[in-house]
Amino acid sequence: MDWSLILTNALTAMVGLDTVIFALAAIGLNVHFGYTGLLNFGQAAFLAVAGYGLAISVAEFELPTLVGVAVGLLGAVVLALLLGAPTLRLRADYLAIVTIAAAEIVRLLFRSVSLSEYTGGSDGLGRFAEGFYSINPLGPGEYGLGPLEFDERQTWVLSVGWTLIGLSCLLVFLLMRSPWGRVLKAIREDEDAVRSLGKNVFSYKLQSLVLGGVLGCLAGFMTAWGRAVVQPDNFSTDTTFYAYTIVILGGAARVFGPVVGAAIFWALLSLTDNILTQAKSAGYISDSILTTFQIGQVRIMLVGLGLMALMIFRPQGLFGDRRELALDAR
Amino acid sequence: MRHAVRAVIGGLLAALCVLLLPGAAVAAGETVQGRLQNAGEALEGVTITVATVDGQSVGEAVTDAEGAFVIPVPEAGDYVVTLDEETLPERVAIREGRSASITLPVAVDQQRSVLFPLGEGTRNVQSDLDRLPQLAVEGLNFGLIIALAAVGLSLIYGTTGLVNFAHGELITLGALLAYLFNVTMGIQLVPAALLAVVASALLGGVQDRVLWRPLRKKGTGLIAMLVVTIGLALFLRGLFLYQFGGSTAPYDDYQGQTGYDLGPVTIAPKDLISMGICIVMLLAVAYALLRTRIGKATRAVSDNPALAASSGIDVERVISTVWVAGAGLAGLAGILLALAQQVSFQLGFQILLLVFAGVTLGGLGTAFGALVGSLVVGIFTQVSTIFVPTELKNAGALAILILILLVRPQGILGRAERVG
Repeated sequence: MDWSLILTNALTAMVGLDTVIFALAAIGLNVHFGYTGLLNFGQAAFLAVAGYGLAISVAEFELPTLVGVAVGLLGAVVLALLLGAPTLRLRADYLAIVTIAAAEIVRLLFRSVSLSEYTGGSDGLGRFAEGFYSINPLGPGEYGLGPLEFDERQTWVLSVGWTLIGLSCLLVFLLMRSPWGRVLKAIREDEDAVRSLGKNVFSYKLQSLVLGGVLGCLAGFMTAWGRAVVQPDNFSTDTTFYAYTIVILGGAARVFGPVVGAAIFWALLSLTDNILTQAKSAGYISDSILTTFQIGQVRIMLVGLGLMALMIFRPQGLFGDRRELALDAR
Repeated sequence: MRHAVRAVIGGLLAALCVLLLPGAAVAAGETVQGRLQNAGEALEGVTITVATVDGQSVGEAVTDAEGAFVIPVPEAGDYVVTLDEETLPERVAIREGRSASITLPVAVDQQRSVLFPLGEGTRNVQSDLDRLPQLAVEGLNFGLIIALAAVGLSLIYGTTGLVNFAHGELITLGALLAYLFNVTMGIQLVPAALLAVVASALLGGVQDRVLWRPLRKKGTGLIAMLVVTIGLALFLRGLFLYQFGGSTAPYDDYQGQTGYDLGPVTIAPKDLISMGICIVMLLAVAYALLRTRIGKATRAVSDNPALAASSGIDVERVISTVWVAGAGLAGLAGILLALAQQVSFQLGFQILLLVFAGVTLGGLGTAFGALVGSLVVGIFTQVSTIFVPTELKNAGALAILILILLVRPQGILGRAERVG
């Protein structure tokens, strides 16, 4: 068992692409779920719309990257309005079902053969990321921090990603201590009380959905650039479920909760993966108990168990405040 | 309630009448299939070949009088489907700038549809009403299976308020248990299925006892419990994949039946029997809800748990019964679905959203609404393939769900005050 390799991999995962993507997705989800109490189970759709908006603009219509980003952002806003207008008047559990259905519709559309002329069907789209990498100020080479090493492309993606995370956290922090943010939190606590104070609850919820969606769409851009390809199955419902686990793990309604949650989440997954793989190759675990193929499944099971245990025993997560939880309110 | 019941019984009678007509076998295993049409006219005698991405030929077919072709492929993976342009009629061609070869992945147990870009604007002109009866019967079959699962989901929601995202795994569990008894242990499918349904029901009761009842006692919020069901679904799906693997497999019995040719439709005997079983079970549930003590108690608890408890009904016992019955029905739905398709670890997960669509369409928490909603969803999904590409049929059903919620958020049979 090479423990230094296992630890290095876990550290790499903590700052790596998956952490960046899911931290951004979870920051957006935190605005919906943590601050406003909206049960949005369609966060993956925002990532998909942003990623595909960018990819289709650049790869199919040969537009500049910045225009692609604008298309992606616009797509996320439009999706939030389309999703929010009919559903935000419904009760929380209805909203959950409708958003999860909408996210599946979006994924199926991007997957479909009939639209594959533009979307590449289930293979997805590539050849759009060069514009992003061409403005990379770093020369070729290895860049590192302590035991971590990345090539110039990874370093560029991760720098942009962590900058976006920093800015998003700052934005959420500033907004949530503003009067506007206090209204959101009040809606989470008691919608009717807010309504009786003359606030337009529906409008605030819609604004929250748009804000969280736009933050989530940054995760879509990072998915597209980081992997240099967008595929519909990157945006399945499991993506949303993982983001929920991360928000709850870090602590809902905490500015840095999603970021810490994402780092710990992916570090833990990397640890279990690496420890199991190494234990297998060292012969500690026989094939009758666990084949190499089954390691991935153990990981899914752990995420599931972790989510259940968190929700049952520590719904406020690591850093959350139990009093700041909409979960038990209705 | 009376009104709803009459509607349901009417619907079931209508269903019985359609049953006397015909239906279709659902193909088993991975296939590549499609229909060649140009301007609404079927193209017969066109050669289609399928090869692996390495160029190894897997199968070849010539389109029939309806322009349809089905080519089975050995396993999930990427395949290149090629249309032989030489065999196309003179006035039809592959559209300019498009290729006659399409590379596509076939997922586990997927009947992958291929659309070749023929002529001009051929995609939306598939208005052949000849397919309607066949599709309607297939849809009815599918809808009945969804209804079996949906009734349980709806009853659990009605009595406890729990939105159970792990219900799909109850469906899969039934199918996997039947596979265990049938294929691994070699018991004939009918007794194996009976055993599996009983085991599913018992495990449903156990699940309630060890997980949900303690959480209810603890006063855990409904939204928190919803998130717990998601965790449970992830865990169980991982466990199924761990145990069963990612491939699909058929049961040992009743495979490859030739369909009865009944007028405009063909239906395999197993599908007819499956529909019969669904209808009998659903009628039994309806009878139990309307005529038995425990059924009446269930409806009372759905209506108002506090009032039910204060009038002497043992609410916990009702909830236990509902879990046992709901899990048993879901398990049965899984077995019937696996009989029509094949067993796979994500059998239930794949139809979970359609089950939710059925339940929500009918009105959350109303058992009869779930029935009607599921039939609507099932039939709509199949019939919509006349207008939309097959791979988008589920998206269509989900879109209808959202649209109906816009107009009538309480669902078809729900009451207005149920939605906040």
